[in-house]
Amino acid sequence: MSTTTPNRPPATGGAPAGGVPTRVDRPIGQRLLARPELGALIAAVVIFGFFFAIAPSLRSMASISTVLYEASVVGIPAVAVGLLMIGGEFDLSAGVATISTGLFTSMICYQLSLNMWVGTFLSLLLALVIGFVNGYLVVKTQIPSFLITLGTYFILWGVNLGVTKLVTGSVATVNTSDIEGFSSLNTIFAAEIPFFGTTLKITVLWWILFVLIAAWTLQRTRIGNWIFAVGGNPASARAVGVPVDKVKIGLFMGVTVLCWFYGMHRVYGFNGVIQAGEGVGQEFFYIIAVVVGGTLLTGGFGSAFGIAIGCLILAMARLGIVYAGWDPNWFRAFLGVMLLLAVMVNLYVKKVTSSRRLS
Amino acid sequence: MSSRARRGVRIAGVLVTALALAACSSTGGAQTQTTAASQPAGGGGTSGTPEFTIAMVTHETPGDTFWDKIKSGANAAAARYNIELKYSNDPQAAAQAQLIQTAVDSKVDGIATTLVTPDALSGAVKAATDAGIPLVGFNSGISEYKELGALMYFGSDETIAGNTVGEKITEAGAKHPLCVIQAEGSVALEARCAGVKDKAPNTENLQVNGADIASVTSTIQAKLAQDPTIDYVVTLGAPIAVAALQSKQQANSSAKVVTFDLNTEAIKAIQDGGIEFAVDQQPYLQGYLSVESLYLYLTNGNDIGGGQAVLTGPSIVDKSNIDAIAKYAANNTR
Repeated sequence: MSTTTPNRPPATGGAPAGGVPTRVDRPIGQRLLARPELGALIAAVVIFGFFFAIAPSLRSMASISTVLYEASVVGIPAVAVGLLMIGGEFDLSAGVATISTGLFTSMICYQLSLNMWVGTFLSLLLALVIGFVNGYLVVKTQIPSFLITLGTYFILWGVNLGVTKLVTGSVATVNTSDIEGFSSLNTIFAAEIPFFGTTLKITVLWWILFVLIAAWTLQRTRIGNWIFAVGGNPASARAVGVPVDKVKIGLFMGVTVLCWFYGMHRVYGFNGVIQAGEGVGQEFFYIIAVVVGGTLLTGGFGSAFGIAIGCLILAMARLGIVYAGWDPNWFRAFLGVMLLLAVMVNLYVKKVTSSRRLS
Repeated sequence: MSSRARRGVRIAGVLVTALALAACSSTGGAQTQTTAASQPAGGGGTSGTPEFTIAMVTHETPGDTFWDKIKSGANAAAARYNIELKYSNDPQAAAQAQLIQTAVDSKVDGIATTLVTPDALSGAVKAATDAGIPLVGFNSGISEYKELGALMYFGSDETIAGNTVGEKITEAGAKHPLCVIQAEGSVALEARCAGVKDKAPNTENLQVNGADIASVTSTIQAKLAQDPTIDYVVTLGAPIAVAALQSKQQANSSAKVVTFDLNTEAIKAIQDGGIEFAVDQQPYLQGYLSVESLYLYLTNGNDIGGGQAVLTGPSIVDKSNIDAIAKYAANNTR
C-alpha cells in the first residue's frame, strides 16, 4: 500500500488509511466492502442461524452463555494478537505464553508461600518482559516476527516444562486455592455472574471491555493511527514521524499482557492446577480468529469488532458441532475452510478498495 | 538502556523483593506442607559405577503428569539395581523409532519402550533384537509385542480397561454414558472408549481440546446441555476428570464422573465423592517393572509373566481404597 499517507487518521476504523479525498462519492457497496468485519459478520450470522436451526439445545440462555465463554477465552488474547497483526507483526508464542504466566503465578506463590496478589503482579511483570523481548528483538534485528516468536515459542514451551519439573518435581502445578488472596482474585478473573436465569463467566465481560478499548484505540486515538500506519507502510510511517519501533514493541507487550490475563483466568478458574504441556497450538486459534475477523495478514487493515466476531465464529463452530451432536473431529477441518475463505474474501476486498483508490 | 532506566529497573527490583518478603501468605503454599512433592519410593540406591545401561524410549508428549509416574518408577528401579537409565521420548512414531535405533547404536544393555505404533516401530525393535539387545515393551502394544520380538510386556490392556469401566457403570445403572477423548487420533484413547461401548452400548464419544482446559470445560458443558440424558461422564485422564466436574456443576447436570488414571486433584475428588471411581493402570509400576525385568533378565535369565503379558491394570480406585493410595499419590508414585 504505497499510496497511503499513514499520518492521516482513517475516516472509518478499518479502512486503509487516508488517500481518499472523495470518499463520500463512493457507492455504498464499496464503502461496506471497506469495512473489515463485514464478511465475518455475514459468516457469523449464517453460522449462528444454521446451528440455531439444527441444534435445539443451542436455543437456551445457558448454551449462549457457554458459547460466549468459549469465545471469550480465545477472544481475550486474540484482541491483542489482532492489533499486533494490524501493526504488521505476528506472535507465535502467544499460546504457550498464556500457560507460562499461569505456571509462574501458581508455582511462585506455592513454593514461596506468597500472597496470590503478589504472584499475580509478578507474573504481569514477567509477561511485560516477554512481550518486550519479542518486540525489541523484532525491531532491532529486523528479522521477521514469524522467526523471532517461533524462537520464543519454543523457549517458553521448553522453559514451561523444564522449570515446572525442576520446581514441583512433577510437570503440573499444585492446588493453590487455599493460599491468601486466591478467592478475591477468583472474583476478578473467574467469577460467575447471574445472567437471565443462568450464569455468565466474568471473562465474557472482560473480553467485551478489551474489545471496546481496542476499538476505541484503533478508531479514536493517535496510537490507533500509528498502528495502522506501521502495519500499512512502516517506511513512510517512520518518515512522517511515527515512532514505529515503540508502537511495535508496545503491541507485542499488549499481546503478552492479555495472554497473562487469560493465564490468570486459567489459574483462578481451575484451582491453580496447570499441566506444563498445555497451551501449545492455541496461538493458531488466535491467529485464525483474527484473520477470519477480516484482518489482513500483511498488516494495515482490520478492526477490533471483526476480531471479536472471528472469535464468536470459532466458538459457535466448536460448540455448535457439539450441540448438534456431530462428530467434533471435523471442527479443525471447518476452521481451515473458514480461514481459506476469509483470506480470499480479504484479498478480494483489498483489491477492490485499492483499485478504487488508484482510479 | 539509559542510566535512568537502569536505575529504575534496579529500584523496581528492590521494591519487588521487599514487597514479596512482606506479602507472604499465611495460608497454603509449600512451607505449610510437610511432605516433599517428589520422593521416589522404594529407591535404595547403591553407589559406585553403574552395572548396566538401560534405555527407556516412550511416546510421551512433554508436560503430561502421567509420564512423570512412569519415569518415577523407572528411576526407582534404576537406583535400586545400580542401573544407568537413559530416558528419551518423542510423540511422533518415526522419531521414536529413531530414538530406539540410537539406543541400539550406543550399545545399551537393554531397552524398554512403549509400542504405541507397532508397525512404525517394528524395524527399530528388530534392529535391537538383531543386535542381541533385550527389549521389553510397556504401556502400549499388548497385542503386538510378541510378534515384534519384545521379550516381555508390562501394561494395561486398553480394551479390558474400557470393558471394566463399561461393566461397572452399567451395573450402577448407566443408560447413556459420554466418553471424552482429549487428544485426536490416539489409538489407545479410542480403544478405551470402544471398550466402554462394548459393555455400555449407548456410550457416545466426545472430542475435546486437551491443550486448553478452559475449552474442555465449555465443550463438556455444551454436551451435557445438549443431551440431558447423559448420566455418566467417562474421562480418559485425571485433569480432564477434574475439568468435567466443573462442567457438570455449571451445566446443572447430575451425571456421575468416572475416569482413567489418577492425580492428586482426582484423588481428592474421589475422597469427596465428586469422582465415582478411577481405573488406574499403575504407570509407576509399568516404569519400575520394565527396568527391573531387564535387570533380572540380564543377571538371572528371568522371564516375568512366563511368556504372557503382565497386566498392571485395570486397578480400581474408589472410596473404599482411596485413603491407602492417597499417600503414595502424594509422592508421585501412584
